[in-house]
Amino acid sequence: MASNEEILAGLAEIVNEETGLAPEAVELDKSFTEDLDIDSISMMTIVVNAEEKFGVRIPDEEVKNLKTVGDAVSYIANAQS
Amino acid sequence: MARKVVITGLGATTPIGGDVPTMWKNALTGVSGAHTLEDEWVARYDLPVTFAARCSTPALDVLGRVEAKRMDPSTQFGVIAAREAWADSGITEIDHDRLAVAFATGIGGVWTLLDAWDTLKEKGPRRVLPMTVPMLMPNGVAAAVSLDLGARAGAHTPVSACASGTEALHQGLELIRSGKADVVMCGGAEAAIHPMPLAAFSSMQALSRRNDDPEHASRPYDIDRDGFVMGEGAGALVLEAEEHALARGARIYAELAGTSVTADAYHITAPDPEGLGATRALKAAMFDGRIQAEDVVHVNAHATSTPVGDKPEYTALRAALGKHVDNVAVSATKSQMGHLLGASGAVEAVLTVLAVYERQAPVTINLENQDPEIPLDVVTSARELPAGDIVALSNSFGFGGHNAVIAVRSL
Repeated sequence: MASNEEILAGLAEIVNEETGLAPEAVELDKSFTEDLDIDSISMMTIVVNAEEKFGVRIPDEEVKNLKTVGDAVSYIANAQS
Repeated sequence: MARKVVITGLGATTPIGGDVPTMWKNALTGVSGAHTLEDEWVARYDLPVTFAARCSTPALDVLGRVEAKRMDPSTQFGVIAAREAWADSGITEIDHDRLAVAFATGIGGVWTLLDAWDTLKEKGPRRVLPMTVPMLMPNGVAAAVSLDLGARAGAHTPVSACASGTEALHQGLELIRSGKADVVMCGGAEAAIHPMPLAAFSSMQALSRRNDDPEHASRPYDIDRDGFVMGEGAGALVLEAEEHALARGARIYAELAGTSVTADAYHITAPDPEGLGATRALKAAMFDGRIQAEDVVHVNAHATSTPVGDKPEYTALRAALGKHVDNVAVSATKSQMGHLLGASGAVEAVLTVLAVYERQAPVTINLENQDPEIPLDVVTSARELPAGDIVALSNSFGFGGHNAVIAVRSL
């Protein structure tokens, strides 16, 4: 099981791979759409890559609730526990 | 009178050069872009053909990593060529509602399609990437170029196998003549050096089997030709209404004087042995451009190096040009870069425009024993074209019986 810091770092790496955004720009309070300018197709790619990396399942209907990076980190942490 | 259409920008990425200046220099010298494939899948599938002509500059050396991820390799090549042509045109300000795209492909996103199929089988549907559909669709390259340039007067994708790239120029000319656009980014892109297309073309006996000597495998008009060599890449040309180009003081390479498209309606893959469809296409392009046989000094031939394909093209050239065909310098540039399928017509159009502009015909390599049934004047070392008003033709023919011809006139 990964700590929240490890999840954030892993997520930042995935976002960087998909969008080219610097990993340090991926902060807990940042909104995926408003702040990071991530569209729905990139978001789905990030979700699927996160599922593989952290060994969790994020149902499609949950994705719309993951508004900020922090939401995603919490969801993954809960799903792992 | 119809609007005159001129060519003001050129771009290309090919097995003999990752940009137009490099390709042109090599085309005049005569080099081979065909090499043995080092990919592990060649042995894994025990492919009967183990070589191809890859682009000399990988797309990922040119494009950003993130933008490349959202494009099939064919679209990557198309965008690279289109950006070069756009920069070359020198256009800085334009009414984007009057800018169109006609960008062709023969096969489309075959890498994306088959990678996604492999992913589905190995990892399940959840892992199939959400960008799969926009990357595999054949109009993906036209759409990407339209997005890149902000071209809003329509983005068209002619698909007619190996005639596609030439048909794109035909569409571009029509768009400007009919007043639907003032500028059209035309081109063709292909990236099908993947084990499945290699196996498929090979099983129809279309590919050369000269595995021990790839550099000499593409040999149009040679008596020992045994098939084409798979190539990849893209070519792009900026077509512009003459008055639009003159108003901005553009450098004009040549006039796109006439184009044509015909269909054989003879056989799904075999060319009409009499070359009737090709003859009609040649005559129609010349009629369209008000060109007499005697005006033609150069032909960039389709000439893929297959035993059955090269001769009917000769028959058609003789039927369309008559005795004057003996005075025409013919170049078979697939000898150097292999067959770029849906991109071939666009890349060969770039070479044809440069031949007229620079007054030089590119070289045909590997012609050791010319087939006596094809007595053309084949250019085997760089040759100057005459001064004065000249016309050059470029032919493309595709599976399905598609024939497309363009006529380029000096200015």
